[in-house]
Amino acid sequence: MRRSFLTPALWIPAGLAIALLGLPLVALIVRAPWAQLPELLSRSEVLQALGLSLGTASIATVVSLALGIPLALVLARSADWPAVPRRLLRALVTVPLVLPPVVGGVALLLLLGRRGLIGQFLPFQIPFSTTAVVIAQVFVAMPFLVLAVESAVRASDRRFETAAATLGATRWTILRRVTLPLVAPGVSAGALLCFTRALGEFGATITFAGSFPGVTQTLPIATYLELQRDPDAAIALSLTLMVVSVAVLVTLRDRWVPGLTS
Amino acid sequence: MSLAAQLRVKRGDLSLELELSVDPGRTLALVGPNGAGKSTALGAIAGLVPNEGTVRVGDRVLDELPVEQRRVGCVFQDYLLFPHLTVLENVAFGPRATGMPRSAARQAASDWLARLDLAALAQRRPAQLSGGQAQRVALARALATDPEVLLLDEPLAALDVEIRADVRAELATHLADYAGLTIVVTHSLADVTALALDVIVLERGRATQRGSLAELTAAPATPYVERLTRPAPVG
Amino acid sequence: MRRPLVLAALAAVALTGCAAVPEPAPTNEGTVAGTVTVFAAASLTESFQAIADAFTAEHPNVQVTFNFGGSSGLATQIVEGAPADVFAAASPATMTTVTDAGLATDPADFATNTLEIAVPTDNPGGVTGLADFANPDLAIALCAAEVPCGAAAAKALDAAGIVASVDTYEQDVRAVLTKIELGEVDAGLVYRTDVLAAGAKVKGIEFPEASGAIARYPIAALTASANPDSAAAFAAFVLSDAGQRILQKAGFGAP
Repeated sequence: MRRSFLTPALWIPAGLAIALLGLPLVALIVRAPWAQLPELLSRSEVLQALGLSLGTASIATVVSLALGIPLALVLARSADWPAVPRRLLRALVTVPLVLPPVVGGVALLLLLGRRGLIGQFLPFQIPFSTTAVVIAQVFVAMPFLVLAVESAVRASDRRFETAAATLGATRWTILRRVTLPLVAPGVSAGALLCFTRALGEFGATITFAGSFPGVTQTLPIATYLELQRDPDAAIALSLTLMVVSVAVLVTLRDRWVPGLTS
Repeated sequence: MSLAAQLRVKRGDLSLELELSVDPGRTLALVGPNGAGKSTALGAIAGLVPNEGTVRVGDRVLDELPVEQRRVGCVFQDYLLFPHLTVLENVAFGPRATGMPRSAARQAASDWLARLDLAALAQRRPAQLSGGQAQRVALARALATDPEVLLLDEPLAALDVEIRADVRAELATHLADYAGLTIVVTHSLADVTALALDVIVLERGRATQRGSLAELTAAPATPYVERLTRPAPVG
Repeated sequence: MRRPLVLAALAAVALTGCAAVPEPAPTNEGTVAGTVTVFAAASLTESFQAIADAFTAEHPNVQVTFNFGGSSGLATQIVEGAPADVFAAASPATMTTVTDAGLATDPADFATNTLEIAVPTDNPGGVTGLADFANPDLAIALCAAEVPCGAAAAKALDAAGIVASVDTYEQDVRAVLTKIELGEVDAGLVYRTDVLAAGAKVKGIEFPEASGAIARYPIAALTASANPDSAAAFAAFVLSDAGQRILQKAGFGAP
């Protein structure tokens, strides 16, 4: 048994923090129109928005893993770079976290829109497509994954990679069989954060991808629009979003982590 | 086939200049105080530390080869067993990485575990091993890659004093079975006695004395060698 | 209780407006003081700030503070107890939310707004009228049906019997304008005041079917106001000639 040195005084601010995070959700649950909930949630447009959200957030997470893990590795190894490019790269990764998502959406339009820097040369149109939803989600959510994986890589012991090299492993084998398995808990935590952030993405999506039922209207957008007409229905939809996020966080966490932390 | 190395390494405060050679069956011990450059010398041979000199094994020049192609096996001071793999997978890692099919690699690993009396531990994780067991797994892992050179960095330093003598005796028998070229880094006279025939004393990056243990004991060249070879006071 | 006060203030302003006296002397100047908090639809931002300037010039003891936003959101805030004195909504429906909660009585329409087709200045889609909205090759943005501008757009399109080929239903009129300004869509339906406010970046095209979907803007002083006299005076000022001139300059129609 390890002795805990937690002083009881810490419970006061910690309790306030729990209240601040938890009570709004309690209010949401208390005020939810439980009676009309089954009807609301079986509406085809709600199911369509939920399906679109789950689908796009999953694809965005896969894309973030494919692009974000390499970026995290580069970032973790940038310690021996000159200060300026190193700090620029770090700032670049952090910007989507602090940028209002709507501004991020405008920036994506200016890049990939019909008259955008790159978009004007593309033979197809990205805005108002499901692809645009995924791009917006990746833009906003990938930094969560990158930062989680990067800190895991930094915290891991690089001498295991050295040991692997003396055993004849090439860099690729080392990455696949040593580096990545060692940071797997960080990767799964980052992927979960990324997925839930993508699931809740609103501002960049509605700005860059617009809102069209079944194509770009994700659950957060449907919720926001419903708030304009029927706040009760909007509460029900936010509740759905919350339940889905919590369910994903709880179930996946238990499934992914054992065996990697022992 | 023997190992001939000229090592010239600058690392921070340390400037290492060392020539050494190892013949089959004659384990070389590198001894010296902390910070003398012993581990750096091993790193330079393994390719982990940039070396301005030359390392040859037989007629093979290692200098241009990356770490993974040098065929230099290492047993690290704290063993560095992969925590996410079982004992069997740790030992099979090298054969797998050098292109052996999965089942053949596992068979080879099983054989090595049996030779080092580790078969019962095959499915354990490194965290579930004692220090002596972990050391033998690390040795098995290094030998499973069939290295031409075997480097051991303070192989007994991480162990409890009570078990050191037994583990040392075992290690000596296993090293005697190994046909390649062996260098062991240590600062313990007992290790030298049990494991090595030739000794190089390294102090501040330079060799201050070379020879057999008997020669060192007979005529210590520096105060360090004298302290090292003086019989431990009894009582 | 407060209703006579509102009426008195309305009457006072109406009378002075009719008489065209340059410097009217309001009957209850002594109580028009303090702070008036006005919750107003986002589309009123520029004109209400101008109105507040004129109002405080007339009543130097009053300070007007604003909370601009989507009408529905503002109505929700008021019902949930936000400290507002006056509510100016972009649709009668959102005002009804507040009157149904018993927080305002007798709202009065103070302006109307007409839909216009907005296109990027160079009109890349060659849009000339509402019929072009049926062209699937054009990128079209409308407000979502949940917000007033979307409801009005649907009404106008219905009246014209046009099935629009819409690419996106935006959350508010500003979002539609942004897409047009950036050239991401070829046309959208927004209010005439929005086209005027956007200046040179978008071009407005009037269309006859708009007359079937005119938006009415109601205003009311709130019964829970801590400063009822000033609230009533501000609402009355919006309805006065001076207020109306400012609104019409911004493109609003008379109620």
